[in-house]
Amino acid sequence: MSSIAILGAGKLGTVLARLAVAAGHEVFIAGSGDPAAISLTVEVLAPGAVATTAVDAASRADVVILALPLGKYRSIPVDALAGNLVIDAMNYWWEIDGIRDDLTDPRTSTSEIVQGFLPTSRVVKAFNHMGYHDVEDEARPAGTAGRKAIAIAGDDEADVAAVAALVDSLGFDPVLAGGLADGVRLEPRTEPFGANVAAGELRAMIERFPTSPRGQEVAASR
Amino acid sequence: MSIDPTQIEFGLDTFGDIPEDGKGELLPYGEAIRQVVDEAVLADQVGVDVIALGEHHRSDYAISSPETVLAGIATRTERIKLASGVTVLSSDDPVRVFERFATLDALSSGRAQVILGRGSFTESFPLFGYDLADYDLLFEEKIGLFAELLKQRPVTWEGTTRAPLVDAEVFPKTDSGTLETWVGVGGSPQSVVRTAHYGFPLMLAIIGGPAARFAPYTELYRRATEQFETTAHPIGMHSPGFVADTDEEAAEIVWPHYKLNRDRIGAERGWPPVTRASFENEITEGSLYLGSPETVATKIADAISVLDVGRFDMIYTTGPVPADARLRSVELYGTAVIPRVREILAERRTTVGVEA
Repeated sequence: MSSIAILGAGKLGTVLARLAVAAGHEVFIAGSGDPAAISLTVEVLAPGAVATTAVDAASRADVVILALPLGKYRSIPVDALAGNLVIDAMNYWWEIDGIRDDLTDPRTSTSEIVQGFLPTSRVVKAFNHMGYHDVEDEARPAGTAGRKAIAIAGDDEADVAAVAALVDSLGFDPVLAGGLADGVRLEPRTEPFGANVAAGELRAMIERFPTSPRGQEVAASR
Repeated sequence: MSIDPTQIEFGLDTFGDIPEDGKGELLPYGEAIRQVVDEAVLADQVGVDVIALGEHHRSDYAISSPETVLAGIATRTERIKLASGVTVLSSDDPVRVFERFATLDALSSGRAQVILGRGSFTESFPLFGYDLADYDLLFEEKIGLFAELLKQRPVTWEGTTRAPLVDAEVFPKTDSGTLETWVGVGGSPQSVVRTAHYGFPLMLAIIGGPAARFAPYTELYRRATEQFETTAHPIGMHSPGFVADTDEEAAEIVWPHYKLNRDRIGAERGWPPVTRASFENEITEGSLYLGSPETVATKIADAISVLDVGRFDMIYTTGPVPADARLRSVELYGTAVIPRVREILAERRTTVGVEA
């Protein structure tokens, strides 16, 4: 068991909070403002999690999960996350984030951009590719036949291992997708994006990336 | 379930998808809009309670101004309620929205209904000069102003997203002194809480996966109305569907158009193409109310029971499904599906009563 801070009390944030509580973790969750604004939401959708501020949540947790709209990443309290292992579950969604060339640049994965904004944290990408409803419905104990998988991309072996253990405890088989730059293989416009599949199939999708249209675009740019 | 089956409302929703004619050609926009009017007239005749038209600003949908189409429908119908689904309030002026729907309410002798939403498509933001960075603020401020306007008294209001109002009166007043207003929500918990805060009825957009997934949101709405001491209205849900004479016919008609529609939107959002297996899975396990009248009625009855909702709206258009098949779907929904859902729910209620 560990303590987890979730920044973002929306669709994905509340689902991850519920799964994390069920797995026996201590969970702190923060919205964009006053904790009172999300306290009822947390009480009903993720009972057992503690609604607090982003700064407080980050200071009390071993791991911080980013589950806010990617376009708002600059609102993340950088100093409060210093030294933290940070899981980036965010995606570019132009209908909310607006048209942003920086967030679709094939030369950089969006998780690298987030790492650049959080220089004193260690960022690992996970929980971004599966729809939030599927994350909720598909969580299963380890060893369950047909258990679904969540892909992880990160640069530090120990951090990736820690995130893999968390993914497993929340109900999914971890699949390693490479370094943070390889996070691009899990972003929108790739085969794994939206995928709700078991480890073997997810691994195959990630491996097929270089021959996919987005993969070729990325290869040509780097 | 707590809601009397005879009191449950059944609606039909569309965004005005451009249908094909009998030869596989897309209808022009004008014909696509007149098609919706004809469907609404038929829906009125066969006992559908509500027609809801959603606002979009993109080439695959003909309806950008729902209340204008509804005004046309108003003069040709007798009893059906005339709703938007949704009005993208964030990129509109609440004062004008009120004026237009109050006018619709006059034309229809009190049948107008507004369903406000933030919109999952946001083409209206650049079109009308709004910044997506203000997505939350725009809706927050404007729903507050709209709630004030609904009281139909002089309004004094100040915010950052439009000019202030000082003792402003807005016309026309409605005959009843009210204008039925709902809020459409796609799954954001804060939107559910906000709806409860203003005491508006909640319309849940359940467009994928099992309806039961949304049970925590209905609980959140009810708990929030208790906390705010507002009214917990019957909750509504809307989901896509299609009715034909048999399950096979319905699937064969819809599948190619469903795929076209989903893949087009998916390409914009970054999803991979949809598979036939996932389409079939949405029919059997998810939120696609598609098939024969019996199949669709059973699935709707199940959803109403599991979520205890008081209203079910079926989005009856998905991509360029041919115009004649759409009309047939509307007819079957009214003549066969709705009576059968009421029957199933009444049977279950009786059974439960006996067991109790």
